[in-house]
This record gives sequence, C-alpha cells and structure tokens, in this order.
Amino acid sequence: MAVTAESQQASLREPPSWRRTKNIIMTALMVFAFVLAIVPLVFVLITVVARGASIISWQFLTAPIPPATAPAGQGGMGPAIYGTLAITFIATVMAVPLGILGAVYINEYGGRGILARVVRFMADVMTGVPSIVMGLFIFSIYTLKFGFSGFGGALALACLMLPIVIRSTEEMLKLVPDALRQGSYALGATKARVTLTVVLPAAVGGITSGALLAVARAAGETAPLLFTILTVTSVNRNVFSGPNTSLPSQIFNNANSSYVGAQARGWGAALTLVAIAFILMIAARLITARFARYQR
Amino acid sequence: MSTVTKADPAIPAGSAHPLEQRRPLGDRGFAIIALASGLLVLVILLLIAITTTNQAWSWFTTEGWGIFGKTWDPSKNQYGALSFIYGTAVTALIAIIIAVPVSLGIALLLTEVVPFQWARPIVYVVDLLAVVPSVVWGLWGILVFAPWLQHIYTSIASGVKGIPVLENLFGGENVSGASFFTAGIILAFMITPIVTSLAREVIATTPAIDKEGAYALGATRWEMINGVVRPHSQSGFVGAVLLGLGRAMGETIAAALVIGSSATITSHLFYPGYNMPAVIANQFGEATGIQRAGLMGLGVLLFIFTIIVNVIARGVVERSARRARGT
Amino acid sequence: MEESQQELVAKVEQTTRTEPLIRQPAEPVGTGKLIFDVKNVSIYYSSFKAVTEVTMPIYENEITAFIGSSGSGKSTVLRAFNRMNDLVPGARLEGEMSYRGASLYGRDVSPIAVRRRIGMVFQKPNPFPKSIYDNVAYGPRINGEHNKKKLDEIVERSLRGAALWDEVKNRLGASGLALSGGQAQRLCIARTIAVEPDVVLMDEPASALDPISTGAIEDLMQELKKKYTIVIVTHNMQQATRVSDRTAFFYVLTDSKSDTRTGVLVEYGPTKHIFEDPQDPRTQAYVSGKMG
Repeated sequence: MAVTAESQQASLREPPSWRRTKNIIMTALMVFAFVLAIVPLVFVLITVVARGASIISWQFLTAPIPPATAPAGQGGMGPAIYGTLAITFIATVMAVPLGILGAVYINEYGGRGILARVVRFMADVMTGVPSIVMGLFIFSIYTLKFGFSGFGGALALACLMLPIVIRSTEEMLKLVPDALRQGSYALGATKARVTLTVVLPAAVGGITSGALLAVARAAGETAPLLFTILTVTSVNRNVFSGPNTSLPSQIFNNANSSYVGAQARGWGAALTLVAIAFILMIAARLITARFARYQR
Repeated sequence: MSTVTKADPAIPAGSAHPLEQRRPLGDRGFAIIALASGLLVLVILLLIAITTTNQAWSWFTTEGWGIFGKTWDPSKNQYGALSFIYGTAVTALIAIIIAVPVSLGIALLLTEVVPFQWARPIVYVVDLLAVVPSVVWGLWGILVFAPWLQHIYTSIASGVKGIPVLENLFGGENVSGASFFTAGIILAFMITPIVTSLAREVIATTPAIDKEGAYALGATRWEMINGVVRPHSQSGFVGAVLLGLGRAMGETIAAALVIGSSATITSHLFYPGYNMPAVIANQFGEATGIQRAGLMGLGVLLFIFTIIVNVIARGVVERSARRARGT
Repeated sequence: MEESQQELVAKVEQTTRTEPLIRQPAEPVGTGKLIFDVKNVSIYYSSFKAVTEVTMPIYENEITAFIGSSGSGKSTVLRAFNRMNDLVPGARLEGEMSYRGASLYGRDVSPIAVRRRIGMVFQKPNPFPKSIYDNVAYGPRINGEHNKKKLDEIVERSLRGAALWDEVKNRLGASGLALSGGQAQRLCIARTIAVEPDVVLMDEPASALDPISTGAIEDLMQELKKKYTIVIVTHNMQQATRVSDRTAFFYVLTDSKSDTRTGVLVEYGPTKHIFEDPQDPRTQAYVSGKMG
C-alpha cells in the first residue's frame, strides 16, 4: 500500500488524545503527591512559628520551668535547652568517633570478607530499630544500676546515632578514589596512616555533614530519654547523676497537659527545637556544598 | 643541588637488616580499634535482645500464651497484648497505604519529570519533612490536627450511617480526633521522606538506554514509566516500602500523642486506639512488676518485628540492586 | 629482506619459548651495579598466572623500559618491585626477587620499608587533595620529619628536581588538584623523590598527558636517572627508544589447548639492540608494528 502524503502527515501528529490525556493525568497525580506531602509540612511549620514565636524571648530561653498551671508569660525552658545541648553533645562525642571507626573498618579493613558484610548489613538493620527500644535497652543495662541521669539518655541517643553515622560515613569513604590510597601506599605509608592522613581528610566534608544530620535527629528524639533521664523540671547541670530534662521531653509533657500556659510553653519549646534542627541541617548542606567545590 | 653521594640506601642507619621492620604498633592498634568499632554494632544488637528479654521474662512466664490475650488491664492483673499488636498493624497499614502512592509519585516526579536543576530544591523540601522532630508532629497533631479532623470524622461517620462495610470502618458514635486513623496519617507524613529517598535511588538505576528505547518507539512519558521503569524498579520499591513499614511500626512519640490511648480492638478506624510503642511510652514511667515486664516484653516484640521487617527489606533492596548491576 | 606478514605470523606462533633472551651491552650505562635481580619469578592473582618465569637484571642509574601489549605482565612485574601487588587480595609471587642483594619477599621484609626505598609514579596523576606543599611534604612527614626548615628545604629541592619549582614557588599553598595534567604529574614525581628513594618506578607516566607535558617528563627522566634508577612501563615504543637505556619486551603467551594466557619476558637488552636488531620473531613483530 502506497504511503500517501496524508498518512505521512498523520504519523507526525501527536499520539491519540486518550494517551495524551492519560499522560497528563498521571503527571498531575505526581505533582499532587508532592503537594500532598508539602501541605502538612507547611502547616506544621506555620503553626509552630505562629504559636511559638509570641512566647520566645531571652527570658523564655533561660528561665526555669514553671509548674504546668502557670500562665503563658511565666517561666521558660532554660533547663530543657541546657539538657538538650548537654545530653546531645555527650551522645555525639560517643557516637561519631565510634561510627567513623566502624565505617573505616567496613570500607578500609573489611574488604570483601564476610564479617564486614555482616557488620554493614547489621548496621543497616540497626538504623531501623525503634528509638524506644534503645531507651528500654539502656534502661535495662544502665539506668537500673546507676539511676536516672543525663548520661543514660546520652547513651541511648548514641545507640541511635551510631548506625546512622556508620552508614553515612561509609558512603563517603566509598567515594574517595582508590588512586589516592595507592599514591599514599607507594610512599611507604602504613594502612593506618593512609586512612588517617589521606582517606579521612579527603572525605571529611561528607562525614561532617552526615554527622550533623545524625545530631539533628538525636536532638529531636524523645523516646530514648523517657525512661533514662526521667523528665524533671529543674535544671541539672550534672549530666552524670540525677534526672534531667530536654526540649523534646518537655514538649511531650506539655502536649499532654490541658493547661493553656503549659501548651504555650510547649509551642515555644517546639519552635526552639525545630530551629536547632534546621540550623544543623543547613550547616550540613553548606558543608557539603563547600567541600564539593574544594574537591573539584 | 645537593651532593649525590649518599649512604647505601639499602641499609638505613642503625638497623641490622635493611628491609626488615616490625609492623608498627600504631598500625596494628588502629586496625584493632577499627575492628572493635565494627563489632560494636553486633554487640549492641545482641545486648538489646538479651537484656530486654531478660527484663520481660516474668511477663512471658506469667502469661504464657496469654501474652497475646485481648485484655490489658492492670487493675485486673491481665496483660494481653493483642490490642496493641492490632493497633500497631492498623496504624502502620494506614500509614503505608497513604505514604506509598505519595512517595512513589514524588520519586517519579523527581527522576522522570522535573528538569535537573529543580530536582535538588525539591529534594531539600521533602527532606525537611524528616527534620521535623517526632514530638513536634505529635504536638501539632494533638493540639491542632486532631481537633480539626474530629469535625471531618463526625461528618463522615454520619454520612456512612447505614452503609454496611463503610459504617464499620468509618462510622460509629465515638469518633475522635485522637484515633487510629489520625495516628496513621501522621505516621504517613513521617515516613514519606525515607520511602521517597529510597524509591528515588531504586528508580534511578533504570538504565537510560531502556528509557530511550521506549521514547524512541513513540511512548508518552507515562507509558515509558509503566513499561520500563516499573518492571525494573518494582522489587526495589517493595524494599523501600518495607523499610517505611518498619519505621511506621516503631515510631513512638507522635503515635503516643494522637492515638487516643485506648486499648481496644475495633474495626472503627476513627475510634481511639493504642499501639505498642505508644503504650510503652505512656505507661512505663509508673509501671511496676508484671506490668513493667509486660511493657518491656512489648518492646521485645517490637524489636523482633522491626528487625524481621528490616532484614527482609534490606535483603529485597540488595537483591534488586544486584540484579540491576547485572551481577 | 622483508618477510611477508604471514611468514612472520607463522614464525610467531611457532615460537613458544618462555625463557627470555637476555643480551648484554658492551659496557654499562650507569654504574653497572645490580639493583634488582629477578630469577624465575611467576606472579599469580588467585589461580590466574599473570606472569610466568621472568628472569632479568636491572642496573643502577639506568632507565629500563618494559614494553609489550596489554596483559603481557609489564605492570604486574613493575608493581612487584615495590610490593604494590600485596594490596590485591589473592596475589602471590613465586621465585626470587632481590633488591641490592636482599630478598624483597623474604618472610621478615616489611612492604612499608620497601616502598620507602622504591617509589612509584602512576599513570593517572593522583595528587592528594592537599596543598602543593603538603603533597610534597607528605612523604617526609610520615617518615618522621617535622622540622619546618628542613621540610621547606626538602619541598624546594624536590620541586626543583621535578622541574616544577619555578611554576609553583609562589603558590605552594594552592590545592594540588588545581594543577594541569602535566604539572600534576610532575608534582607526583616531586612527591616521590621527596623521600629520597633509590629507585623510581613509573607506570605509563605520560600516557594521560599531552605531547608537550610528555616531552617535559621525558627530559626530566634523563635528569633523574643521574640520581635514581628508573624502571618505566610504556605503551609507546617511540618513547622507549627516546628515553630508555635498556628495554624488556613482554608478550602474552596463549595456550590454545588449555585456553590460558600468561605474560612472559621474551627479550631484554640494550634499547638499540632490541629495536634495531630483535632476535626473537615475537619481538620483531611487535617493534615493527606488524603485530600486537
């Protein structure tokens, strides 16, 4: 059958309209999915800012925690902020070096051996262990013997952070080109030196930003702290003995409260916490961007 | 230019044998420390299993198979966990049903639809969902979202009155903002970032030549996605969903605040309920004796369930990644 | 008289001798001292025999070139000299390889010590993501030198030795990654000679560079051989004729019966002899460009 000019023209036209429509509908659904995810985020953030901003003040950030019945303007979240900073700091100091070393083992020393594969798989699985289970674990193994303390909470948070740091560090180490290691070996460096003087410095940007994200996650966790620090309202500067408090713990308490003042303070604390998490996240992104430039 | 004469390089000063040296202490020490850090993961997981089971032992021995009983009533000394297991299953299921299409849609949007430069800012925004701490979701959930949902639930409940299946699911007299369904929705918000990010990774492994082949045959974008991306990424996506399921099962604080804290087994999704992590969070502080052991036991069950789900999920993801690589 | 292609191919296929033809020159180019003594060395990667029964001497202050087609084992043998093959899991060496009379693979020999005396420059320049200064100072630092003045001297001396000093002396703090290909490779050479090795191994050092940088590297090699012994693997025969004093030709021996391949050293001698008067037909075929 001869190909007529008309059928040639027809073949260059768009596909039949029902295929086009289906394509458009599907694309619209995908955009809708995105919107559906964004809307709650926007609402939460707006609400937190709206309800929390009015109560934030220097006094709020430093004043002691009043009883729940106190009206909105009174008191603040000082002890909770201190607790969050101190406990998260200790958790970071424990989890980050160990996490980096664990990733070094998996990527630099483990090779294709079965132990390294098991460790990597289990680190992955460990990222999925619920945070409350970490809290119960530290409760059983530490709090029962040593009592409530900020340190117990820090241990639980460290257990949470460890697998996250391991996995993100490992991804960064994998990106370091092998040519750099070979160059260092060829100069007579031991494996430890190759790792410490060439590999880790080459990956430091990614490792840091990964660690910051783990810190942000830990700072916002409540469940691991529930049974290990025993939320109190007075400030406890000694992180190693005696119950303590943290921003998430206070928010949890205040959310359950029916007093308006407590709820207002809860929003203020939520705003503070979200601000901390955001700052850490932005810092992580900035570091990633800066080091990507440096590495060419 | 320095003088050329130098001592025979094969023999450095002060050593008997030129090329022999003990492996430096620092090198071996570092290797040991690295190995120990790696093993720490295994040790911790093992310790979690052992110590929590140990603490929960009295519950297991006292109740025996009654741990799966329907009633949890401390005043009657009954500690059956079925209602919590049920609640965990229901809320996680609701979360998955909502989050899966949303995450899939966003992942496809990012990999196939959106021009390259826009992808990164969109990813940032989705990741912001993950940065919001769980307790803030819970605070907003119970103080703002739940009251608003209550109106909606009441309308729906009256709307489905009399309709057979729907009434059992969405009807009822005691619909509450703090309920199974609300918890499910909030869990969906929380697991969307991780499922999206994993789905993106899986979808991105679709070979470009396959996609180009489909386009070259005149396929529309949706037809290409359906014909090329879908078969390639299905199994990996299942893994991503399972991981989301694991997260939804274990997410504690947001659920504890909005689930309604009522240990009942009911088909009414708009009724208050309970799940495993939530009851632990709410009751552990004041619990003693068998109740405490029971809550600890719930923790053990939660640990086991999430480990199983995660192992299967990682296995599925790894297998699909290996197939994509051709190994 | 010119042989035809088929006659040459036939001759090549019939020659299956694995012992190398070693030809000596009238007088040594360098000091004449024996640096590496390789005796019947075979190298395996797990069960794969990459190199079979290599025997050859390498002499001090000369440039020795390894030539041959891909897979003939040139790089494998080169990396055996500084124990870099150790980094490949499953690699092992049979036979004897000694350096200045001491065995390189003896039981108590430390690869670290070996590599401090026998340095290596790689095919693709691999400067560390550190400053130019820190790149060159890296080797001395891990050897324990921390005195700033001494390090400054070493850095300057090495950069001069690599003919890079004038180009970078005012920006020693700049990142090593910012250099062009030829400069980066000279930086890697400077880094290698900063530890004052005895031997410098080069694995196709100029193959990733443009012709001008290649020329600069080749000139540099003539200077370097006054202080160091150089062994270079190259794919470029003209380069071998330009720079080397001695040339070793490696060949891939296939056994069609067992379908295995392995690398063997076929012929080794002064460069002029190898290229102008090759004795083994396989060498003839390669250097005339007719095969391989």
